Amino acid sequence: MRQIDASVITGHVARMCVSANCNLPCENLAAMEAAVPTEESPLGRRILEKLLENHRLAAAEQVPACQDTGLVVVFAEVGQDVHITGGGFEDAVNEGVRIGYRDGFLRKSAVFDPLFERKNTGDNTPAIIHTRIVPGDRIRLIVAPKGGGAENMSATKMLTPADGADGVKSFVLDTVSKAGPNACPPLIVGVGIGGTFDMVNLLAKKALVRKLGSHNPDPKLAVLEDELLEAVNRLGVGPQGFGGTTTALAVHIEAYACHIASLPVAVNLNCHVSPHETVEI
Amino acid sequence: MAKRITTPLTDEVIGGLRAGDDVLLTGVIYTARDAAHKRLVALLDRGDPLPFKLEGATIFYVGPTPPKPGKVIGSAGPTTSGRMDPYALRLIEHGLKGMIGKGKRSQAVRDAMVENRAVYFAGLGGGGALAAQCVKSVKLVAYEDLGTEAIREMYVEDFPLIVANDIYSGDAYDEGRAKYEKK
Repeated sequence: MRQIDASVITGHVARMCVSANCNLPCENLAAMEAAVPTEESPLGRRILEKLLENHRLAAAEQVPACQDTGLVVVFAEVGQDVHITGGGFEDAVNEGVRIGYRDGFLRKSAVFDPLFERKNTGDNTPAIIHTRIVPGDRIRLIVAPKGGGAENMSATKMLTPADGADGVKSFVLDTVSKAGPNACPPLIVGVGIGGTFDMVNLLAKKALVRKLGSHNPDPKLAVLEDELLEAVNRLGVGPQGFGGTTTALAVHIEAYACHIASLPVAVNLNCHVSPHETVEI
Repeated sequence: MAKRITTPLTDEVIGGLRAGDDVLLTGVIYTARDAAHKRLVALLDRGDPLPFKLEGATIFYVGPTPPKPGKVIGSAGPTTSGRMDPYALRLIEHGLKGMIGKGKRSQAVRDAMVENRAVYFAGLGGGGALAAQCVKSVKLVAYEDLGTEAIREMYVEDFPLIVANDIYSGDAYDEGRAKYEKK
């Protein structure tokens, strides 16, 4: 049994909250740089260049690239041969969020009593934690602060098997089209297919933290990812929604088995900043 | 070439702005987003005075990150404006002249802008680090309990914005997208 102290988890979460918000994944920067010469709109090209300037400035000065430093989503894979000592796992994660958002000068965007009082919790807790128990003696954490703007434009639909791939495609395009400028394009589009009502949304969120531009290992889904990216970029939304051919940088699909009666699909949108970091402890 | 404009925005300046224009805005603006808007409209409903003069004012939809030591503000890019639409109508009727945010506005807000000569600018969504460089001073005005959502008075210099909606029913989002949509 490997022992890992809760304070180690706290330290990593605190560091990653700050770092993810200040440093875009390098694949995101590369994708935006690659989009500049191919973007057809002159204004769109200027916007992409300004966004790149923003992201370089954020990294140089270690300030958040976007003021919306998000609600913290954590994907945890905890090895079954790990014994966490010195405190509870979720408490350790939340303490990391508390420290990271305080010491990193990040925005506190969490409110409790969501319907009535909507009072700010003051320290950006609680985190949204998804934990899986896996074989092994390691802990893998993905810390992905999620902004509200793109989250608000995300959508889920319970399709039926007869809707098929065409149904999935039209729902993805419809969701991106409705989001228009609101989700801060260029976007990363996370698509979940299958599972249950709860699971499909988790699949879409997991799709967002995949390495930008990577493909699903299933060749049929990989083809669908490419087809969807091309179709999304024909919508005309463009950088920041002012028109253009770069509406999304990538479409990632994650799939899972589902009920014989169902074809759930979820579209989780993320902006170009798409903060997330991974650590293996 | 970007037009240089200053607040408070006059009817004459607003009349010269067209959807799609690049502008550099200088002057005092007020920050407010969801929670502050709800309180402002509640004050209007009761006939109570607002914490700042609305006539001629420009509101920036932003919830900034806290400033690092020695800085006046952290990151400060625009938030999605559509969430403020239900409140913006009332504020425009009471003299609000400028709004800064990102994303589309409702038809009702666009109509109110035409009728009351108000203008809506878009900043760079996800460009908060760059936007913060234009913010020269910040002063708390009201609702400190709202944290990032408090109303603050900001002085901005050459803040780069795009006119998204003008008083002639022009909409830079619709016009831009129509040009590049491929059926």
